[in-house]
Amino acid sequence: MRGVSALPFALWRFLRCEAFAAVGASIYFCIAMLAIFADRLAPYDPRAILRVGSRVARYLPMSADHWLGTTSSGRDVLSQVIYGTRAALAVGLTAAFVVVAIGTLLGLLSGYLGGWTDRIVTWLADIVLGLPFLPFMLVLAALTHPGTGVVIFTVSALLWPNTARVIRSQVLSLRERAWVEAARVTGCSTTRIMFVHVLPQVLPLAALYGSVAIGWAILAEASASFLGFGDPETLSWGVMLQEAYANQALSRGAWNWFAPPGAAIMSMVLAGFLISRGSEKLLFPKLADQ
Amino acid sequence: MRRALGRLGHLFLVMWVVASLTFVLFRLMPGDPTLNFLSPSFSEETRAALLKGFGLDKSIWQQYLIYMNNLLHGDLGMSFLQGKSVYALLAEALPNTIILTIVSVCGAYAFGIVAGAFLAFQRGGATEAVAIPVALATRAAPEFWLGMLLLAGLSFEAGWFPTGGALSPGEQPGSFSVLLLSRDYWWHLALPALTLMLYLLGLPLLLMRATMLDVLNDEFIVMARMKGLSRWSIIMRHAARNALLPIVTAFALGLGASIGGNVVIESVFAWPGIGRLLVQAVQSADYPLAQGAFILIAAVLVVMNSVADFVYSALDPRVSLRARR
Repeated sequence: MRGVSALPFALWRFLRCEAFAAVGASIYFCIAMLAIFADRLAPYDPRAILRVGSRVARYLPMSADHWLGTTSSGRDVLSQVIYGTRAALAVGLTAAFVVVAIGTLLGLLSGYLGGWTDRIVTWLADIVLGLPFLPFMLVLAALTHPGTGVVIFTVSALLWPNTARVIRSQVLSLRERAWVEAARVTGCSTTRIMFVHVLPQVLPLAALYGSVAIGWAILAEASASFLGFGDPETLSWGVMLQEAYANQALSRGAWNWFAPPGAAIMSMVLAGFLISRGSEKLLFPKLADQ
Repeated sequence: MRRALGRLGHLFLVMWVVASLTFVLFRLMPGDPTLNFLSPSFSEETRAALLKGFGLDKSIWQQYLIYMNNLLHGDLGMSFLQGKSVYALLAEALPNTIILTIVSVCGAYAFGIVAGAFLAFQRGGATEAVAIPVALATRAAPEFWLGMLLLAGLSFEAGWFPTGGALSPGEQPGSFSVLLLSRDYWWHLALPALTLMLYLLGLPLLLMRATMLDVLNDEFIVMARMKGLSRWSIIMRHAARNALLPIVTAFALGLGASIGGNVVIESVFAWPGIGRLLVQAVQSADYPLAQGAFILIAAVLVVMNSVADFVYSALDPRVSLRARR
């Protein structure tokens, strides 16, 4: 496995050349660190109702004690933002993994097998593209039960066609290569060619779509929470924004409350975009001079 | 012609499957479906009439046939909330959503196309190093959060714009054509439209830039340059026309998608459109209204997807170029 041992080196060289991807990767790194060490980094318990003397510390502005102030119920905003990384990573990574797995599998099958398989997958994709994303998620959340599960399900069920389409076209060109022909001649089964020979070739592309899918999943979770269909027990950035909106943070000008969670969402989604933009150049050298 | 008919058939097929999926979806809900479609607040006679009209006492297959038949006749049932027909409520909200969408999508594409073409010529410069991450950032920000920032800054602090709704209190919501001429209406529209525009801006901008760069490397541009045409003439008369093709497709897709995606923006600004109606319906378990709004949004999306498909094949650069030669 020549590729695996060279991977760290290639990754380093890639990040050094691609400023966009490097920025994206460092954002992911910071968020991962915040999530892992949230309990040590957060200055307060994010759910604790803080008090000043005997009164609840409501709507405190930014200060040395509370870098980002407090919420209407007297909770520390910074601690909530830090703990929010956990929810964001959980939703983002799970949904991205599922959506890329489905998209890659269906793209691989329809691209390599062609014929009826291809027709059925294309047809399924057409149907799925006809379902409006947010409305579908809301209706599903209302009819079953609100929470992260619905978000992950919706992202996986509705966003796979993007990945599948790209993987399919890649597989279509790979299928015609000489080494596939060689494998066929030496008697490899179709399954073996698909999963052992072709699949590893499209995995980098799949990972690229995964980094964008993390972003969509986090945005979806935020929108669902904002509209009141998230899991109120989860400490997520979307739930924070919903609380801020519902508790007149806007009319009070409590920027310290509603600006940070949105900025956190934005930076995490942006990181995915930057990584995918940077790696596009690596994966498709033809586009490099653009 | 045959291809167009085939597309139309495909459109109806997708529409039918989406409508059927909606039927299944709305019967997944827990509890007695009869109760979910009949508000306890309805009088005994209304309940009996609706029960019969929707065949809620019949088998699921008969219900499905009745549902499809009603759908084809635009009969979507009665809303729980206001006791009005779902059709009337949707008809009231749809124009607001369409205005919001068209204004912001057109604004975003007009600005995005110009800025994208400009950026293609500033390649490698400092402008690009700033503009591209900014364009990516507007796409990465949650749209409702952009709305919250603008609302807090421009409405609550500066007081330049109203904080929500479509009309100031006391204004009479006359007919739609009257509304369109009212300054108050446009004043209320400004902030939600601006938010949506900001959110949508990134795609046309980046797409235009990428296709422009692609086209500029094409042989016919080199030819034009060799002929000694001015830079402006090359950009506008030769490059931009060809670069616009993918943008037109994206525009059609964008219109369809943002009618459904407006859900959160309409909620932030309390803009009385289809999206907000859907959210309210879902929050208050007004299932007939939620179902109607969902089907309407899905129908718009399906139709716009087909339009984009059609436009793409009709304007395919290779096809049209060959025809011109």
